[in-house]
Amino acid sequence: MAEALALRARLRPYRAVLASRARSQTSYRANFALDLVSSLLSALVELAEVWVIFHATTRLGGLEFRQMLLVFGLADVSFSLADLAVGHCDRLPTYLRAGTFDVFYLRPQPLLLQLITSDLSLRRLARVSVGLTALVAGLALGGVSWGLTAAALLATALTSGIATFAALFVWAGGLQFFLLDGREVTNAFVYGGRYAATQPASVWSRPLKVLFGFFFPMAFTGYLPTLMLLGLPGPQWLPRWLGWCGPLAAVWAWAMALLCWRRGVRHYQGGGG
Amino acid sequence: MRRRLSRSVSTAGTATPGTGTPIVETIGLTRQFTVRNGARRQRLTAVDDLTVRISPGEAVGYIGANGAGKSTTIKMLTGILVPTRGTVRTCGLHPVTDRRRLARQVGVVFGQRSQLWWDLPVRESFRILAAIHALPAATERARTGELVDRLEMADFLATPVRQLSLGQRMRAELAAALLHSPRLVILDEPTIGLDVLSKQRLREFLIAEREAHGTTLLLTTHDMGDIERLCDRVLVIDHGRLAYDGDLAGLAGAAGADRVLVVDLAEPTGDLTSVPAARHLASEARGLRQRLAFDAETTTAARVLAAVTETAEVLDFTVEEPDIEDVVRRLYTTTRRSPEPDPEPREPAKP
Repeated sequence: MAEALALRARLRPYRAVLASRARSQTSYRANFALDLVSSLLSALVELAEVWVIFHATTRLGGLEFRQMLLVFGLADVSFSLADLAVGHCDRLPTYLRAGTFDVFYLRPQPLLLQLITSDLSLRRLARVSVGLTALVAGLALGGVSWGLTAAALLATALTSGIATFAALFVWAGGLQFFLLDGREVTNAFVYGGRYAATQPASVWSRPLKVLFGFFFPMAFTGYLPTLMLLGLPGPQWLPRWLGWCGPLAAVWAWAMALLCWRRGVRHYQGGGG
Repeated sequence: MRRRLSRSVSTAGTATPGTGTPIVETIGLTRQFTVRNGARRQRLTAVDDLTVRISPGEAVGYIGANGAGKSTTIKMLTGILVPTRGTVRTCGLHPVTDRRRLARQVGVVFGQRSQLWWDLPVRESFRILAAIHALPAATERARTGELVDRLEMADFLATPVRQLSLGQRMRAELAAALLHSPRLVILDEPTIGLDVLSKQRLREFLIAEREAHGTTLLLTTHDMGDIERLCDRVLVIDHGRLAYDGDLAGLAGAAGADRVLVVDLAEPTGDLTSVPAARHLASEARGLRQRLAFDAETTTAARVLAAVTETAEVLDFTVEEPDIEDVVRRLYTTTRRSPEPDPEPREPAKP
């Protein structure tokens, strides 16, 4: 009980900021509705890309359209939720240039937690809904043999997927300290990573498999859990049982993200890095 | 050359001797930056061997030209920058490793960067900051009430920050930095861009705040008025080195911080050379506009103006405060002449 109260007190600063962010975003209703619609459209276009490919072929990397929906849904729900929560980390260069990052130093909370909770992109909810629709459709049509194992796998894949994408944003944020104007560079792997995650890893070339299969562990967020859920064989280098290893991928991504962040902050403070 | 200079002047002041633990203590504090200039890398020293002690309750003005190292010092005091060499203790803490504990005891206003949420009403920003500093509800109410009252913010508490005037915003920034009742308040150019009335209001508030809570003040400014009205001790930094540490009278004595009265007269008049306690500097437009320098320690603008009106009809007038950069530059040229002869050729003062 006392612990719960202490935790509540510890979370109060973050809750206060986030609640105010949510209120300010939704207070202009027309504006917020427009934001939602534009976010929805861009998410639909991305889903349509997948669908268009299947007009030319019936299988891609060994997967049918209904199975691809599962890959897309898993990866996209994870990405959108991570984007909603920590996607604004890529605004760090703006904060650095305007000096607002210095203000974080004057508050008694960890810098990274302050950055993460400094905003919330509620308009991403529209994107989450598209991903969720694809996921539900994929689960219903894909031929999943339901059971406790499948449910556990699904839950593991989603939570570790969200964590992995969140780490990717923080990772990119840490690099911004060095690049200063490097949003394009980091966007390449954040959004490139998102795109890769919604594709079957079996069509990737070997360098891509190394890059997005392991270094930025994107295959663990959509493709590998799908193989496991559907009982399909994995391609070379990416055996199907890796579908259970999402948490490991998330831990790896966070380790790299925190390392980058730490080095970045050291670099910013000029303490060597 | 500079090293010897700073030693010879650092004892010139009459700063109150420290009692108890200092609230700010730096020993040999140095910060260098590596700057890439094309392919060449250059090391610039922003703060050079700075040794300063500030006792609780003092009000210290920290002045120097742009790029002299003021902001770099403040960043090291608050843990934003790591020193290259030397030590720094703020509120007895190590700013970098104890940053979060220090943040509870220090309040900072950066004149150019806001701590408020631009799209939220002022009141809401205060509420969030109270949560950030974990103020109990009763403390939050009392302190917010006190600040709103003393900074006269009641009229714009419900206004979003982005719609505030500069004067209102600075008051809100100050309240935001003071909400958690910090022991040490650091103000970086708090009055920059403000009109005379807003400046005066801000200064009066800071004086009252010090009296009520014994807060230590450290402020950087380009405004001599800030120093005169708020500070009992002045630190001058030049090229990263401490050039002066003492009271304002001593600084004015060392550098001659004259004010200038500019009068616009009704008719062309001969040079006003016989005004008591004032020195005629220049005349323009056949004597329609004249500039008179006077020392604020020995006379007042009103007295000089009165003396002028006895001989000519004054249409308009302005008082120019001494420019800090001027004072600092003069401080250098005067201290360089003494106490030892300068072996190097003296650089001509910049216009």
